[in-house]
Amino acid sequence: MTLILEAAVLGVLTGGVYALMASGLTLIFGVMRIINVGHGALVILGAYLSFVLWRNMGVDPFVSLIVTMPVMFILGVILQIVFVRPLKTDREALSVLVTYALALGIEGLLGYFFTSNYVQITAWYDTASFPVGDFHITYVYVYGFLLCLAILGAIFLMLYRTTFGAAIRATMLNRTAAQLVGIDVDRVSAVTFGIGMATAAAGGVVFGITNAFNPGSHYDLISRLLTIIVLGGLGSLRGAVIAALVMLVIQDITAVVISPVWAAFVFFVVLVAVLLFRPQGLFGITVRDRV
Amino acid sequence: MKRATNTRVLTAGGLVLLVGLALALPAIAPDSATTNIAVFTMMYVGLATAWNIMGGYTGYISLGHAGFFGFGSYALGLLLARLAIAGGYTVFLFVPVAGLLTALLAAAVGWFALRTRAATFVIVTIAFMFMLQLLAENLTSLTGGGAGLGFPNPRWRGDFYNIPFYYAMLALALLALVVSWSIRRSKFGLGLLAIRDDEDKALAVGVPAGAFKLTAFIVSAALVGMIGGVYGYYVTYIYPQFVVDPLIGISMVLMVFLGGLGTVWGPVLGALILEPAQLWLAYNYGASRLYLVLYSAVFLLVILLMPQGILPSLGELIARRRARLAGTVGAAP
Repeated sequence: MTLILEAAVLGVLTGGVYALMASGLTLIFGVMRIINVGHGALVILGAYLSFVLWRNMGVDPFVSLIVTMPVMFILGVILQIVFVRPLKTDREALSVLVTYALALGIEGLLGYFFTSNYVQITAWYDTASFPVGDFHITYVYVYGFLLCLAILGAIFLMLYRTTFGAAIRATMLNRTAAQLVGIDVDRVSAVTFGIGMATAAAGGVVFGITNAFNPGSHYDLISRLLTIIVLGGLGSLRGAVIAALVMLVIQDITAVVISPVWAAFVFFVVLVAVLLFRPQGLFGITVRDRV
Repeated sequence: MKRATNTRVLTAGGLVLLVGLALALPAIAPDSATTNIAVFTMMYVGLATAWNIMGGYTGYISLGHAGFFGFGSYALGLLLARLAIAGGYTVFLFVPVAGLLTALLAAAVGWFALRTRAATFVIVTIAFMFMLQLLAENLTSLTGGGAGLGFPNPRWRGDFYNIPFYYAMLALALLALVVSWSIRRSKFGLGLLAIRDDEDKALAVGVPAGAFKLTAFIVSAALVGMIGGVYGYYVTYIYPQFVVDPLIGISMVLMVFLGGLGTVWGPVLGALILEPAQLWLAYNYGASRLYLVLYSAVFLLVILLMPQGILPSLGELIARRRARLAGTVGAAP
């Protein structure tokens, strides 16, 4: 029982990190109607950026975000302008291929510079822990959770309390209408892609401290993130956050109760179950999209 | 009228020439390096053609076809192991059985995956592929897990080694082409195209969209599964991450897009261009990870510069020239 409780707590804490990574992905879908298959690779890229700062200059991984998040933001804006914006026809299908190609390119470059050996970022808080009742929680999970909570909070504030956030929401609702009322949707799209990349950088740091990773790690990550945003309803930020928390709790409990090797499998089981029995979605948001 | 018959004769002649060339290839260039390239190229001609039936005609982009490829591979390997079939030509007789099993899997996957459309469908197929990879790794008592699964050794050797595999791949590629071509010319194919253009309208005019989509999905997957089976026998040892390989899945998609999505011959052209190029890149830059970078660069160039694909672009060019010629002829008194 303690084990299950511990798994649930851990699931919530890591779920926060997945929520942050998935929020970028679902925002990008909402604004541009594209599936960014390269999101996992960009998370790994963020992890490697922090890894380099930490290994070569001894920068604390959380502090390194001050550098990596703006860098990834700018990179995201550039990627959007160069690779996503030119797609005019058949956007949805072509964008999948373009972002897939970006993922392969990033994987290749990372492999060239860092080889395919696994690395991990370490710090004092990745082993130190504090007791909670019958079990111990490692500090890094709490710090990571708080970081992601703060960034998610900032994103929600930006979306619902600023004019630019209103422009993003308007573009998500109806691109053409947003254009008609004078919103520069191209600029909104580029900035949203940048925000998505910045969240990938933040998610990448926590991922890089809690997991050993190599350039190929993005495949595993992206299949989980994509499942999360489908379960939460494509384009729904709230749905993505809830789905991430729920899925990670289920995953971590499965790892304890059944076996860690089956943990990732529950993503697929839940996805299939939802499609079969609740096609209207887990949280009242429809999973079947009409395009 | 005359032009139509002329074109038909030309097309038939070209086809006979192409098939003849493909049949005679091992006699022209029998060295194993060339025939190895030929095996893989033929494999991708088949894969791209099969993928196009779902992705091109029906408009449902599946990024999970590598799952069916790997499943077919494992199905054949396990069948041979369980029935204790020795290496030899008889192995090829079991390839259709692997195809049948893949068809069953596709029916099950299609049952829930086809409840979604567009972006969600793409994501569900990606998830399916990774879960299949995970199953192959985790069901160690069945698949051997990460240790891999061995195929019986073929009895033939030396320079001749690749040639039976080449003809097997050629046969499957031709089968895929015949299937694709006859679907394109049938009422069923018209229904698929209608679904691609507007599924709700297609439903409204009486196209049984659900049954049509599922049929296309099953046919496409079964062909891919059979090709996966032959691939497994060719490489003799398979591992989960090398047969359920996302790169195989995305390669067939890219070939279709390069040649021309939804055309009969586009996937063939795309495979004939890209697979030898891919093998060349892997051979020269495979050791360093630059191979992936170059591959992704080719990929981006194709999508950004020629989103329509070669054949439709060419077709447009010819149509425009014809229109101009017709215009000048018509203008003369």
